[in-house]
Amino acid sequence: MLSPSTRYGSVPRLDVRGVSVRFGGNMALDDASLSADEGRVTGLIGPNGAGKTTLFNVVTGLLPPTSGTVAIDGVDITRLNPYKRARRGLARTFQRLELFTMLTVRENIRVAADIHRRWSRDKEDPAERTDAIIGRIGLRATADVRVTSLPTGQGRLVELGRALACNPRVLLLDEPASGQDDSETEQFSRLLRELADEGVAVVLVEHDVQLVMSVCDVISVLDFGRVIAKGTPAEIQSDEAVLTAYLGATAGST
Amino acid sequence: MEKLLIFTIVGLSLAAIYSIISSGLVLTYTTTGIFNFAHGAAGMLAAFTYWQLRFDWGWPAPVALFVVLVVLAPALGLLLERVIMRGLVGTTEATKLVVSISLLVGMIGLANVIWKPGVSRPMSTFFQGQTIDLGVTTITYHQAITIAVAILVAVGLRLLLFRTRMGVSMRANVDDRTLALLNGARPDRVAIYSWAVGSSLAALGGILIAPSIALDAASLSLVIVNAYAAAIFGRLRSLPLTFVGAIVIGLTEGYLFGYLPSDNQYLIGLRPAASVIILFLVLLVLPNPRLRTHGRLREFFPAPSMRGALLFAGIVLAGGVVMATTLDSVDAITYGQIFSIGIIALSLVPLVGLAGQISLAQLGFAGIGAVVMAHHGVGGNPLGVVLAVVVSAAVGALVALPVLRLSGIYLALATAAFAVALDRWIFNLPDFDIGPVHISIFTRGSVDVAPLKLFGYTFDSPARQLILANVVFVAVAMLVVAVRRSGFGRRLLAIRDSEAACATFGLNLVGTRLAVFTLSAGIAGLGGAVYATQLNSINPTRFDVVIGLPIFMLVVVGGAGLVGGALFAGASLNGLLPLVATLGNTAARWSTMAPGLVGIGLGRNPSGAVQDMSEGVLPLRRDHTVLAGMFATMALWYALRLLDVITNWPFVILLALTFVAANAAAMLRARPAAGAAEPEPALEWVGITSPWTPERVAAIDHALALDQVRVRAPT
Repeated sequence: MLSPSTRYGSVPRLDVRGVSVRFGGNMALDDASLSADEGRVTGLIGPNGAGKTTLFNVVTGLLPPTSGTVAIDGVDITRLNPYKRARRGLARTFQRLELFTMLTVRENIRVAADIHRRWSRDKEDPAERTDAIIGRIGLRATADVRVTSLPTGQGRLVELGRALACNPRVLLLDEPASGQDDSETEQFSRLLRELADEGVAVVLVEHDVQLVMSVCDVISVLDFGRVIAKGTPAEIQSDEAVLTAYLGATAGST
Repeated sequence: MEKLLIFTIVGLSLAAIYSIISSGLVLTYTTTGIFNFAHGAAGMLAAFTYWQLRFDWGWPAPVALFVVLVVLAPALGLLLERVIMRGLVGTTEATKLVVSISLLVGMIGLANVIWKPGVSRPMSTFFQGQTIDLGVTTITYHQAITIAVAILVAVGLRLLLFRTRMGVSMRANVDDRTLALLNGARPDRVAIYSWAVGSSLAALGGILIAPSIALDAASLSLVIVNAYAAAIFGRLRSLPLTFVGAIVIGLTEGYLFGYLPSDNQYLIGLRPAASVIILFLVLLVLPNPRLRTHGRLREFFPAPSMRGALLFAGIVLAGGVVMATTLDSVDAITYGQIFSIGIIALSLVPLVGLAGQISLAQLGFAGIGAVVMAHHGVGGNPLGVVLAVVVSAAVGALVALPVLRLSGIYLALATAAFAVALDRWIFNLPDFDIGPVHISIFTRGSVDVAPLKLFGYTFDSPARQLILANVVFVAVAMLVVAVRRSGFGRRLLAIRDSEAACATFGLNLVGTRLAVFTLSAGIAGLGGAVYATQLNSINPTRFDVVIGLPIFMLVVVGGAGLVGGALFAGASLNGLLPLVATLGNTAARWSTMAPGLVGIGLGRNPSGAVQDMSEGVLPLRRDHTVLAGMFATMALWYALRLLDVITNWPFVILLALTFVAANAAAMLRARPAAGAAEPEPALEWVGITSPWTPERVAAIDHALALDQVRVRAPT
């Protein structure tokens, strides 16, 4: 088997091709494709209901697609269970928080660290890993508080911490910055950059345009389940189709 | 050929009854989200009421039918919706199930109070003895009416759902309740209609099936298992597929009835168990559901501290010693079961309390443990206990395996079905051989159990057996506490909240659930083995599914996540109820309804009663001086009891009074400390319960982050 580094440049780490999802007569995703490379932050934006979360659900295996494929490092994982995909290095956060309500911040992250230790070759002490992650996401002060008493912004950090406890190779973040204030967002974008520099392929769904434009290397735009544009932040900002999707009329035509 | 036709007709009329009952079940489940375990029990009450009106009071059939089907049954449905079910919106699946199971137990209890069990109540079929000649064969009026009614129900439901405004609202509710609400549908009115119609359908089914089953509260209520086996064909949602399921099950039972050799005692139980077997087959082929997200949980169980766990262990052990030394042998047998039933109840704590999964077969697993103990613990061999745990754990794993990939409700349905299959079939089997292995169950009667012998010590008196059960209970309780505090326990709590999140960390959900289910079945088997040694002789009625339901409910009512909840269940069932029974027969009969009534109130306090109790004695637990004084006083009463200065009743009353006095003393001592530093009121109450001061206004500004906003002066 080739090691991922020899593949770098030839095969994207995460490769989603031609995915469609049909809910009754409604196409939630229509032939959508997305790729993410290691060391990069890939933005995924689009109006509400464009299919961003649906795409994440397809990638992580929570929702079977009507057609299309998902591959990690060139290996097709479309038919794998969610947990088997996770064991290939996929981790995510949720737009609507999925915290373990009976547990504290530390225990939430510890659960993920324990699970990771059971299936990975990585035999680092989960307690220490948990502690390091709590420091990294900046929740030391509230580490032993039950998660239900945290504000949403910090809850999102706990979700990020749990995902990090799995030592992911592909990290899918679903609106991680909503509910955070400006200073938290700034800290958060630094953390994202760090993660990318460590070699994680980060995919970011976010409505905070400033954050997306400043932190992403490439951006894909979804509208009504279709990818309507793809490019660097600068290219996206001047793209006709994107402006139409967001503003509703052909910009500049009036 | 004629035989085939006859049993096709028998099968079709059974299918007709099942389809009537299960369509009502599916209707209420889809429109209100509540799977009503008491649906069959509602039919049972209707059948009894019909018998009362028609046969005991001699009313004409049309009048009796009208009163039951059009007046009383819808009224019952309305009452249930108004008083109980409405409060369950937004609670977890487990809570809803517990409430409907409580209702089932309560209704069986009610029927037994009104219609004394054991009395023969003959109920004839419609137009008894009259048949229609079909040329090749004949069909009774009752069968013809049943089939016709089922077809009418199918057509009627179709028209109701597709041709009326209410039906459209109902279907909208099934698709998306929130969206339906936003578009002007009224879910509460839909719910009322569903419950009224569902309840009438249950009543209709109950009246039609009663003549062929005999008027017995428990067995009529358990027709629900056949009904939901049919509903599983449509994944509890599709009415047409439910009718298909009913036909498959009805015909299977009809043909088994006709073609099964009736003198074969191995196969005789196969017919009543057929629906259960079909249920498991269908479960095997159901597609995987989507993983559950957003468990909205109202219940919370704190992790027990080491000190709390040890205190619990110490008090329970001391209680066991006191009981063993003060009770006479009859009472020691009765009240000693607090601990063996308590162990069976403990088996539910990791499963229900931590993992949020429901099993209704724990007493069945205990029965398996008891049987193994009886056969392999001959001469007090402790190997019997070990095997009891191993065998019941293995059976538990086998039962759960096909269902664990499906959502929680299917595990509840499958375990209930398994428990019914044990009752109707397996526990009544005579001895048999599978290859070289000779398998012996209850050998169609009762089996003797030898007292356990450990290291040369024989637990052969009721007092010794009480101590044995007590010690095993405490040991298992400590094991459960250790599980809660371990990584495994945290994973279980995590799955309970979000299956989806756990899967995205790489957790194999099925494996984890299998582990906890196996552990739970093993503990139940251990409880069964201990229970068996106390009983000396066991028979299947001890492990009946209907007897097992109150254990499940009382654990949940006590607090399913706490070992105290298990003790609560054991103490209520085998402490409180026998105590009430000493007051007389009427009290005993009414008290069988009590567990049902307690469970119905669960919607209000899903975290359980034990937590309230333990909060109530918090000052006492913190006040070491008063605590020591209390124990010293209790020890004094115990000494007086041992010296026979006082008898049991005064002893119990003195203990209770001492506890109440100590609690009051601790509260008094705790009060001045609390009064000294009055806590700052919650911000939203400033100006209402406390004065409006500048400091508090500043605090409100700070909480709203107003002090960080720079107000720009108007230019």
